[in-house]
Amino acid sequence: MIKMRWFVTGLMAAVMMLGGMSARAAETQIRMDGSTTVGPIAKALAEYYMDQNEGVSIVVGESGSGNGVRSLINKSAEIANMSRFMRASEFKACVEQEILPVAHVVALDGLAIIVHSSNPVSDLTLEQVRKIYKGEITNWNEVGGPDRRIVRVSRDTNSGTYETFSEVVMQKERIAAGTQYVNSNGQARDTVVNTPAAIAFVGLGFTERVKALKINGVEASNETVVSGDYPIARALYMFTDGYPELGSHVHRLLTLHLTQTGQRIIEAIGFVPVTRY
Amino acid sequence: MAEHSATNRIGRQTNLLLSARARLIRRILGLIGHTILILITSASALAVFFIFIYIGKDALPFFGIHVEYLWDGAADMLGGALGLLRGDVTGFRESLGEFAEAIGRFRDGLSFTYTRGRLTEFFTGIDWYPSREPGEFGAASIFVGSAMVTLGAIIFAVPVGVSAAVCLSDVLPFKLRQYTKPIIEVLAAIPSVAYGFFAAVVFGPQLLRRGGTLLEIPVWALGVPLTVIISVVLGDLLTSKVDLNKRRVAKTLVTILALCMFGAGLWWLGSAIRGLQFNSGQNALNASIILGIMALPTVVSVSEDALQAVGRDLRAGSYALGSTRAETMMRVVLPAASSGICAAVILGVMRAIGETMVVWMASGNALQPRADWFNFTLPVRTLTASIAADMGEADQVIGSQRYHVLFAMALALLSFCFVCNLISEWAVHRTRKKLAGE
Repeated sequence: MIKMRWFVTGLMAAVMMLGGMSARAAETQIRMDGSTTVGPIAKALAEYYMDQNEGVSIVVGESGSGNGVRSLINKSAEIANMSRFMRASEFKACVEQEILPVAHVVALDGLAIIVHSSNPVSDLTLEQVRKIYKGEITNWNEVGGPDRRIVRVSRDTNSGTYETFSEVVMQKERIAAGTQYVNSNGQARDTVVNTPAAIAFVGLGFTERVKALKINGVEASNETVVSGDYPIARALYMFTDGYPELGSHVHRLLTLHLTQTGQRIIEAIGFVPVTRY
Repeated sequence: MAEHSATNRIGRQTNLLLSARARLIRRILGLIGHTILILITSASALAVFFIFIYIGKDALPFFGIHVEYLWDGAADMLGGALGLLRGDVTGFRESLGEFAEAIGRFRDGLSFTYTRGRLTEFFTGIDWYPSREPGEFGAASIFVGSAMVTLGAIIFAVPVGVSAAVCLSDVLPFKLRQYTKPIIEVLAAIPSVAYGFFAAVVFGPQLLRRGGTLLEIPVWALGVPLTVIISVVLGDLLTSKVDLNKRRVAKTLVTILALCMFGAGLWWLGSAIRGLQFNSGQNALNASIILGIMALPTVVSVSEDALQAVGRDLRAGSYALGSTRAETMMRVVLPAASSGICAAVILGVMRAIGETMVVWMASGNALQPRADWFNFTLPVRTLTASIAADMGEADQVIGSQRYHVLFAMALALLSFCFVCNLISEWAVHRTRKKLAGE
């Protein structure tokens, strides 16, 4: 009886191993890793692509733009998703490992400055936002709001969102001490939803249940981001090692965003497509 | 042979007389068994040793002590020594040269002023901008943040935990205890991310909306019974030397006096807490309270075990000498169990200081300027949360100060916990000696 059971267990294990091996042999695997901002785009494109192409499996990791570069260098990913351009040091590290990074801009992303929906302030200049985060404006009544101490919320320093904010808005100046740091766009929004005196910056797709401020009198929307009128916007990248072989799965995946379907997918999850047909 | 055999418990016949060969085999098997056991036991010690080495290796370069040269040199020499075993003498000589060169490079890299500057910046500076070029690594307010949440957790967990342990071991009937203790220990089984989620999504917003009034309820709920118990025990203890026929009156008087004093204190505490105003739901107090709840099962469980270990005879002896229950508890059992309770507290401290997920989600992760240190209504940032948050960007491939500084923080944390552990070992050892001999 006991022997019988062992036999059956062994058989099952063997079958599972064989099954796993054969499944792996039939599939082309594409691994993507990097920014949490680009992650949703990568996932949506990957889902559509896998639907259209049998035998392709695409794995999307979200470990931050910096880790995306690392994965590209370690060859543990074919595509590095990044919400900022590669830094000189990262580029150098790539080239030293004989990896030649090529950037593909897949979408645009505007950063919305959000406040609690009960906050009467609806318009700030870029200068005012910078002063708030520098700690020079500390009370909402200095910008036409109620007498309440401003609670500054920032993304953590290793996010691409933080990087874009500190470059576009802060212009490399320091964010003041006393600023709260959260580790995702969703958490930043939730903090603002729960905190009447809070201000935060998030991707355009994360503005439900909060109020997105006009910056320099320009509303944050797809149109103003594409036209370049909205001042806090950036491009989102996918990096490959050299330009992918034409017609390969990686190449077709990375040109998907240029098609009409690709644009619809990107728009549906709250980002701004690069091209307009 | 039959007269030298015996039937063992499962009914199999065993030979009592062994041949010389069988004896040898048994001895060898025994030796192998012992060796394996010793290896397994020393594996944990080795693990601790290697963790220190590996963290130190990546932490010291931050302070300008480039041990990685020594590391590479030692690896070269090891390779050379392995080559020597195969008879490769010139290769070994070369590797010796490389090792000497590595030592030279290590020594050239040493600079006392640089190391001192880095140490001063790290431990006393308050500008923490690791992503700037060049980075600024003043971690003082991060150390303060860790100290704050740990302190807050201990202030909450130790009185509650130790009283609960006393109640479990000496007050509750045995049958009730059988049910209560496992329930408290379930608290330890809840994953920390669930605590963090609760703190960030439920407790934080409530704290922000209702402020101090939310905290006032548990303060009264815990404070009132505690006040009554302390007053009664005090009344009992302080009047034990009073003459027998006056004792009753004195006892009542002292109890009422204590009740009034502690009641006033509680009233003051309650109104102070009611007045608390929060600007943000994520703050040091939120993290402290949740960490305190997380440390509670450790404190309760370990101190209850310590109280149990004191034994019936000591309690019986105390009662036989005419002590009351309170006197037995305060003067006999608690002192006898003090080493175990001390160990429980230190374990609780280590649980609180090493926790990452809860503080990351609940403490707000804000660095505070010096003027706002130890203000529990403001967000704080701790060592563990900083390490977890910055690990993604600061990677080995690009190998930077930003990477090494995280290891420096980890080394500080590890050293602190190690010292804590040594202290608790020492305390346990000392009290055990005191109880046994003297």
